[in-house]
Amino acid sequence: MQRPTWVPADVDLDRPSVARIYDYYLGGAHNFAVDRAVGEQAIRIVPELPDVLRANRAFLRRAVRFMMARGIRQFLDLGSGIPTVGNVHEVAHAVDPRATVVYVDHDAVAVAHSRSLLDSTATAAAVQADLTDPDLVLKHTEVEDLLDFDRPVGILLVAVLHFVPDAQDPGEVIRSYRRRMAPGSMLALSHGIHQDDDASRRMHALYSRSTCPLTARSKAQVEDLLDGFDVVEPGVVDVALWRNDEEAQHATRSLAVAAVGRRP
Amino acid sequence: MTGSVTAFAARWARALEGTSYVTLSSREVVELLTHLGGRLSDALVTDPFDPAVGHEVAAELVRAHFTGSAAVERTVEVVAALPADLGREDRETQHRLHRLQGALASGYAESLRDLTLREQESLQRAALAARSAAELALRESEARFRAIFAGAAIAISVGDTDGRILTVNQALVDLLGYPDEEISGHRVDEFVHPDDGPAVVDEMYRQMMGDSRGRARVQARFLRRDGEVVWAQLVVSLVRDDDGEPVYVVAMGEDVSERHELQARLEHQAHHDPLTGLPNRLLLFERLADVYRGPDEQDRVGMCLVDLDGIGMVNDALDREMGDRVLVAAADRLSAVLERPADLLARLGGDEFAVLVPQPSGVEPVVEIAERVAAAFAEPLAVAGHLFSVGASVGVVERPVLCPQPAPNSGGPSTVPDGAMLPEAAADLLRAADISMQWAKAEREGGWAVYDADRHAREVTRSALAAMLPGALGRGEFVVDYQPLIRLSDGTLHGAEALVRWRHPRHGLLDPARFIGLAEETGAIMDLGRMVLEQACAEASRWQPDGGDGADGDGTGSDVRGPVLVSVNVSARQLVDARLVPHVFEVLAASGLPPQCLQLEITESAVVGSGPVPTEALRRLAAAGVRIAVDDFGTGYSNLTYLRTLPVHELKLAGAFVQGLRHGGSPDTVDERVVATLVSLAHTLGLRVTAEEVETPFQAERLRAVGCDFGQGWFFAAPGPAADVNPRTAARAPLLRQRRARR
Repeated sequence: MQRPTWVPADVDLDRPSVARIYDYYLGGAHNFAVDRAVGEQAIRIVPELPDVLRANRAFLRRAVRFMMARGIRQFLDLGSGIPTVGNVHEVAHAVDPRATVVYVDHDAVAVAHSRSLLDSTATAAAVQADLTDPDLVLKHTEVEDLLDFDRPVGILLVAVLHFVPDAQDPGEVIRSYRRRMAPGSMLALSHGIHQDDDASRRMHALYSRSTCPLTARSKAQVEDLLDGFDVVEPGVVDVALWRNDEEAQHATRSLAVAAVGRRP
Repeated sequence: MTGSVTAFAARWARALEGTSYVTLSSREVVELLTHLGGRLSDALVTDPFDPAVGHEVAAELVRAHFTGSAAVERTVEVVAALPADLGREDRETQHRLHRLQGALASGYAESLRDLTLREQESLQRAALAARSAAELALRESEARFRAIFAGAAIAISVGDTDGRILTVNQALVDLLGYPDEEISGHRVDEFVHPDDGPAVVDEMYRQMMGDSRGRARVQARFLRRDGEVVWAQLVVSLVRDDDGEPVYVVAMGEDVSERHELQARLEHQAHHDPLTGLPNRLLLFERLADVYRGPDEQDRVGMCLVDLDGIGMVNDALDREMGDRVLVAAADRLSAVLERPADLLARLGGDEFAVLVPQPSGVEPVVEIAERVAAAFAEPLAVAGHLFSVGASVGVVERPVLCPQPAPNSGGPSTVPDGAMLPEAAADLLRAADISMQWAKAEREGGWAVYDADRHAREVTRSALAAMLPGALGRGEFVVDYQPLIRLSDGTLHGAEALVRWRHPRHGLLDPARFIGLAEETGAIMDLGRMVLEQACAEASRWQPDGGDGADGDGTGSDVRGPVLVSVNVSARQLVDARLVPHVFEVLAASGLPPQCLQLEITESAVVGSGPVPTEALRRLAAAGVRIAVDDFGTGYSNLTYLRTLPVHELKLAGAFVQGLRHGGSPDTVDERVVATLVSLAHTLGLRVTAEEVETPFQAERLRAVGCDFGQGWFFAAPGPAADVNPRTAARAPLLRQRRARR
């Protein structure tokens, strides 16, 4: 649904926010009571959740370093959430301070927070937008200023596509981005996977109260999402295992998978 | 010591693993813990003892994001083994260890509290910023909306679903001419023009409920405060709340009065005559078409077509402008004649006007209009100090709308000038009005005539015959029949009258009365007359006892005495044509018929009428031996003494005289005495007499008794082919009948 740009999005602090729940899982204090309440309940359903999300952050870090090693110097982090330690620009700047990053989230608070954090960083910016509308995302001034889509770009969809329901056709969303990506560009993706039915159902019910309902998918469905990309080794694997040669290897019971694909 | 610290750091790292989310790699963690382990070791053995190191180490751990609650517990545990690692398990070192553990715990709590507060504060700031940004955006968008609303050129109102107006913009205030406070809070229908009122509101709601977007588009009149009427084109939308319940009605309107006036003006122009201001033919045709749209059995329609005579003369004699002024005055006079508002007076063009009379009670009211129109022009029109006599010829037609009679002369296209399509019946009504107007005009100026379908049918046939006549001659459609002329004294054959008939392919055998007049009008009479003359003379030449074919009189018997006459009718028109006399002589020469055997029948009116008397032609014919008979004698005004001056040999008594001789009446009636006197007088003048239309034996007997020379009529024989008359070939039936009469 397209809303006129002059009608602002609502800022409702009484509803749990996916971005702040995520922060809670990571041990942050960027969250409110409503967020913590949902986070606690989710952990009761799936006790491994904090581990899974830490593994996601670790995957994000490894994926950015991987892309940097392949020469990519500009990143679009879709669904970036609350900026905690180990952000994309921190990881990238450790290698090359000229690398540019744009964070995109639809959560007004997360974006405001990101902005305050990036105040003094000229090479990174945060925009508030719905990632499922690629045209609108890519038209943002910050995106146009910092990212050059004629050159390879790294797009990050980490732990966010399971908040895009089938009705919004995540496959088509990815295809839209892919069409805009120059050859040599890369896509890093991690995604929540179906658990046993009862847990899936309870998680779905839980998240339906938040700003984003949850849609877990199968590994095969995730592989389909990467259609049109050359998936790099080791393919679609447990998020904790993807090219992990430096950290303790705690598999996540395959609660989430991850992969990086290259735009041919 | 270095080696023991390294082992300590590895143990510590293992203990912290999984307690917190950190971004450092395992190697980086060990590096950090080795450094921190070194500081703790130093603190245990260095004098003076500084417990603040515990605070600093805890702060470093929190900075590295070892923020999980288990992290401090495990750290305190791991640190407990440090004196043993250092080989310093004395009381002083134990004491220092406990103080370091305490400092670690309190420093940890302090740092974590700082971090939490910082993060909460930054989150609150972010939330505030987001909220302000959103509110700012909302205010901006509201301000923008306000600006659009207030400054829009289009009139906008927001109302509730009960029709009450909540807020309006300046354009609407300007449109209605009321101040804002006299509009807001009032109901929409208070401003709608009373003529449009409920209908427009109903229509609006009907459209909105039927439209998927809850939208309606209507045009309505509003009444301004100053009483002026303003036309507005409105788009009205229903605004629903989140539950789909209608809450507001937003109306946007545009003043289209000018467009509307222009439209109305163009409409009026298209339907009215610019000179007289009367409806024009287009409007008349539209109304006429309306009359014929789905009529009922009992519906009637009347039409007067008015043609003004004399306007053209004004145009010619004075100037066009004066002609126009007279026309306008005449139109005014015509308008004054109409009494029923439903009657429509229109100017069809030129000097022609029409009055459409819907639903007349009969022909009388329509005739009444025609009479009033005619009477209205009895007095001359006074224009610019001059008096102009203008006459009006009015054609009247009145009939049921569902007219059962087929349109005469129909089959043509029903498109009338201006391209307007009229139903055939309507076009026929106009034609009928035009025809009757022509009749009125032909009869006398300033009169009226009512359409008569029979009369029109006759005229149509007549004109169709006139058109076909020349071609019919060429196609040999004319035949000549002969009716015997009988010598009354002895019943012998005196001769025969040649009678031309038209064997018409559609109308059958037509009598001369149907087409001779037409032939005279069109000039075809000369060719027709010559053809009849040629056939009659050629035929008669074969009847003579010493006939041209050389046959002798065998078998002619006692019924024929001497030469047999052929009598041919010559019309007045032929008589005055210089070609007649040469024609006759040529035909006589060609047929070989002796001139004495040819009798030409002329009408009374031809010799005593108003036209030139063809005395010279008659004299030349008579001089050549041709006999001249006056046909239908007694019906005109000729007198016998005048006939004396003309070369006339015979009179043919009109049928009226013979009809007076009725069986059963006294032999000596007035009628018989008149006939006897006429015969006697004719004889005195040296003229012979033929009686026409003899139908009874009694009539034949009385005519013979008074000395009439010849008889002709059904009693003797009907007209028939030449063969029935030719004494050589004829059956004797007609003559036998005559003999019976003489018995």
